[in-house]
Amino acid sequence: MKDLRLQVMWTRLMSIVEEQALTLVRIAFSTSVREAGDLSAGVFDAQGRMLCQAVTGTPGHVNTMAAAVGNFIDSIGKAEMFEDDAYVTNDPWKGTGHLHDFTVVTPVFRNNNLIGFFACTAHVVDIGGTGFGPDSKDVYEEGLLIPIMRLVERGRLNQNLLAIIKHNVRETDQVIGDLHSLVACNRTGAERLHQTLDEFELGGLEEIAAFIFDRTRSATLASIEALPHGSYSNTMQVDGYNDTLNLCVTLTSSASGIHANFAGSSPACLYGINVPLVYARAYLTYAMLVVFAPGMPNNHASLEPFTVSAPTNCILNAQHPDPVSVRHVIGHFVTDLCLGAIAQALPDLIPAEGSGALWNFHVSARTCDPTNQLPPREILMFNSGGTGARPHLDGLNATAFPSGVRTMSVEATEQSGPIIIWRKELRPDSGGDGLHRGGLGQVIELGPADGYYFDFNCMFDRVSNPARGRQGGDDGAPGTVMLDNGTKLNAKGKQRIPGGRKLVLELPGGGGFGNPLLRDPSDITNDKTQGYIE
Amino acid sequence: MRIGSDIGGTFTDVVLENTSGMFSAKVLTDNKEPEKGVFEGIRQVLLEAQTNWTDIDTFIHGTTLATNALIGRTGALTAFITTEGFRDVVEMRTESRFEQYDLNIILPAPLVERKDRHVIKERIDANGVVIVPFDEDEATQLAERLATGTPEGPYEAVAIGLLHAYRNDIHEQRLREVIARYLPNTPISISSDVAPQMREFERFNTVCANAYLQPLMAGYLRRLESGLQTSGASCPVYLIHSGGGLLSLDNAVRFPIRLVESGPAGGAIFSAHLAERYNLDTVLSYDMGGTTAKICLIENGTPKTANTFEVARTHRFAKGSGMPISIPVIEMIEIGAGGGSIASVDALGQIRVGPRSAGSEPGPACYQLGGTKPTVSDADLTLGRLASDTFRANTIQLSPEAANKALLDDIGSRLNLSAEAGAIGVTEVVDENMANAARAHAIENGKDVGAFTMVAFGGAAPLHAARLSEKLNIRQILIPPGAGVGSAIGFLRAPFTYEAIRSHYAELDNLDWNVVDRMLKTLETEATSFVLNAVRNSSEHLEIERTAFMRYSGQGWEIPVKLEDHSFETGASDDLIQRFQTTYTELFGRVIEGVRIEVLSWTVKVSTLRPAVRYVSQIKSGNEILVNQYRQIYDSAIGDFVKAVVVERDILNPRDLVRGPALIVESQTSVWVPSGYEAILQLDGCLLLSAIASGRSRL
Repeated sequence: MKDLRLQVMWTRLMSIVEEQALTLVRIAFSTSVREAGDLSAGVFDAQGRMLCQAVTGTPGHVNTMAAAVGNFIDSIGKAEMFEDDAYVTNDPWKGTGHLHDFTVVTPVFRNNNLIGFFACTAHVVDIGGTGFGPDSKDVYEEGLLIPIMRLVERGRLNQNLLAIIKHNVRETDQVIGDLHSLVACNRTGAERLHQTLDEFELGGLEEIAAFIFDRTRSATLASIEALPHGSYSNTMQVDGYNDTLNLCVTLTSSASGIHANFAGSSPACLYGINVPLVYARAYLTYAMLVVFAPGMPNNHASLEPFTVSAPTNCILNAQHPDPVSVRHVIGHFVTDLCLGAIAQALPDLIPAEGSGALWNFHVSARTCDPTNQLPPREILMFNSGGTGARPHLDGLNATAFPSGVRTMSVEATEQSGPIIIWRKELRPDSGGDGLHRGGLGQVIELGPADGYYFDFNCMFDRVSNPARGRQGGDDGAPGTVMLDNGTKLNAKGKQRIPGGRKLVLELPGGGGFGNPLLRDPSDITNDKTQGYIE
Repeated sequence: MRIGSDIGGTFTDVVLENTSGMFSAKVLTDNKEPEKGVFEGIRQVLLEAQTNWTDIDTFIHGTTLATNALIGRTGALTAFITTEGFRDVVEMRTESRFEQYDLNIILPAPLVERKDRHVIKERIDANGVVIVPFDEDEATQLAERLATGTPEGPYEAVAIGLLHAYRNDIHEQRLREVIARYLPNTPISISSDVAPQMREFERFNTVCANAYLQPLMAGYLRRLESGLQTSGASCPVYLIHSGGGLLSLDNAVRFPIRLVESGPAGGAIFSAHLAERYNLDTVLSYDMGGTTAKICLIENGTPKTANTFEVARTHRFAKGSGMPISIPVIEMIEIGAGGGSIASVDALGQIRVGPRSAGSEPGPACYQLGGTKPTVSDADLTLGRLASDTFRANTIQLSPEAANKALLDDIGSRLNLSAEAGAIGVTEVVDENMANAARAHAIENGKDVGAFTMVAFGGAAPLHAARLSEKLNIRQILIPPGAGVGSAIGFLRAPFTYEAIRSHYAELDNLDWNVVDRMLKTLETEATSFVLNAVRNSSEHLEIERTAFMRYSGQGWEIPVKLEDHSFETGASDDLIQRFQTTYTELFGRVIEGVRIEVLSWTVKVSTLRPAVRYVSQIKSGNEILVNQYRQIYDSAIGDFVKAVVVERDILNPRDLVRGPALIVESQTSVWVPSGYEAILQLDGCLLLSAIASGRSRL
């Protein structure tokens, strides 16, 4: 009966963090949070170990936020934490990998004892500097870095900090609004936790923490026994900023877990596509859980068996002050990189490579005629290419993997700024052929509305290095980036789209799986009828 | 004399109400010719009430046929025409996976396949301005192509959805005219008509679904109408819509999508009516049947409504695995928790319940109809809450042995527990799941559910209502008679309503109230004509409710703000800001300074006045009745089996009080009254359960 009581309590904690996340989605300002689900929320014990995390849009936050709370405890010190406090940072190495993510941590006190924390993370629309994009040469250029500090001290907002942020970011209202939202959602979580502890007549979280970690640890370790002990390596090429990068991994599985060593990967780059190690670990962990333990809830014990190491001069282990603004572009490939290594041991479980990184873009819309009053606008959009074909199924067309964020509605995007999206539809023939076909990419055409030009920040990959097929399947089509007059653009960095021009983006397709000659003829007929292949 | 009828997946319920009272019948649903079940049910209630077809004044109908056609994909061969460049909106969905950790996920297929999706050159921008003109020649060529049909046969329906048509419908209207010339007998739906709301995926999917359902539903509704007439019932036929109001049959034929989820809407109206009758401001409607539990918030006698919902979820009721429908709807959450929900043990050694259900076939193990998996009903039986000797569902004989065996095989042996301990786990888990869903729903609406009264109906609800309310801190539960046909009774209480909606974006700083005023008047005319057309009485007194959907500039979700009932003039913005801030504070506890406020869409809801309610005063103290029949029942709050009295509901008189622990048995379910609760029969036959002790320990 005691176990049942703890199980119910665990379920209740999960429901509390879902409510915490729900609150954030409902009151947040940034499109990335409210429309796309780029956020996370969780509850931690007094030692900073994560008990539960809401199931939200992005694995990139899974491990990073889990590790962040420990950093807050180290920086602030438990003795200096008080009721009605809240702490904040956007330090890429202490938080979730780039300046655009704010993490807020709120301590929870019960009878004057610190019993745990709520933490949440959201991607804000601007953080000053050169804006969201890969062009900065170091993290100083990328914008404002807030080291771990108090955002709320015993119920009083840190007005100095807010003033500094207000004067250093574009879209002030949205960024400040999001900070308020982060504080509010942790407060919701804390209130509900108190009610629950009252109901269960508990003074703290120790007992439930031990229960959660014991159960999860043994189940996670049992599930990864499916991978025979040993070492598995994989290398993958991706575009990088100017030159092709090598991403390398050696996975070593043992009774205590799976370790990933990224040695051999290319050195850190001059531009903001570098990845802090904590972010690379998040996408390794996601790869392992999705293969071995798909139903496992995320907590300290389910993440613990997955460890990483990398040389310090490596693109997957960026060091301060390396630029890291769009770390997701390379970071998202870590999942396919690690899945590729697993495929050597478990060939019938692992999909072909997919388009991997989201094709996000950030637009700064500016008036063509400075004498008129058209206001500047910032617009952010998330888009996805195709996923790799699965061992028993075709890949998914225009669907995010490993990221879990949603795209934004075209009508809502056009409502939010002077942009016209002229086309957004599937890209025929872009999935790699195979026994199972890779997912199709998509074609997007867009341009500034009348009277505006765009500074368009590209962060696209798989233009030179397509997604590879598996077990004889063909590669997916690479992406292209050009103007409607045929001018090729760079896949990364800020470029100008003049008024009256359109930008054409062809997003990459996923790789195929298995010999194309073995594909069921009725599947081929259907692909032709529907126009998936032409 | 009025008749209400609800076609559900398993049963068709019919309720007759006349001056001498209420009569009900439950017959099996005829899946091939659903009207037959309706006619059979009517025959039964007419016989019982000793009256005739010709005496029927009003017939109100709700059906799950539309929902089933979307789930089973049995609708029409439909063509969809959209703006060039946007052929795949309904297939690309949100570009995300509803299940983050499933490598072999299958996304729901669009209702209209890619080969049947066509495009035309045209474009309207976010302000409603035409930036690419409509091309008559191209439209004509497309119409000719559509008229030739497909290898599978001719198109049976056409849907049109163009970008930003919610803002300017000129191209959709024009295209409809052109297509109609070439396909004169094919129904055509346009998105600005069916669902004039921003967000293309939701709107396009809704217009496709409307077209997809049209031939099927029109055929059924016309057969129903003529069948009634043949039998001598010349009364008007009304349909209940997802927003909880009534539609005329003609409008139902035009907008069949509005019939989706009308059964659950009836249940919510049933609860709302009880709320009014007992003068309760805040009610949590809790309907638990065989497969799912539905929870809805009702304030001031009105169920919560929303403008978008998701139907036909393909994957364990997971959010995002169904299709979005943008029409006014009674907002409720539905989770996979019913009497037939199957229990199992997961890799973490935890008991899980649902969302898989044993349904009516093979059914719970205790039904002995072939089911071997333990279900919630099996757990209820093992814990003594379902009584095998009094349960009288026609042919079913409940077997406690079969229930015990299933619980031991699938739960007990895995966790080293007895059948009883397994059953305790199963009920506790399902009750916790429902409590969490209810709490999340309340949070989304900024409400503290603890102050609410629960109205519990549906076969499994009376067994679980007490424990669920304990978990939610709810102290009072109403359990109405006739709970098994609640939706059909609800139909008889529904007003004629129609809600007209327009997306019209405006910042409050520079809002042109003349334009808004004109638009609201148009919406009012549209909604009023719908209602008057249905009522067939132009002097009917109407209630008009106007709402603006507002947010801080930059936020993604709008909140409804009620508007004054008069014309607007310049300067009305201050009042609107005030109202927005009050509503926002209610929901989120604070306002945000210095951020612009904007309006996204506007609705005008026109309803007939609800029939006057006969108030019933609550009886809060009664005469305890003494019974000397007992059974052992597990009481979760005590953590042990207790000696509970067993009473038949039929023998209770108003003001009779039954002190818990007690089981009040009915023919198809029983009401579990735990220790610390008492139940008093009210004047209208409802049971009122109240928590009399406080601070009960949990589990």
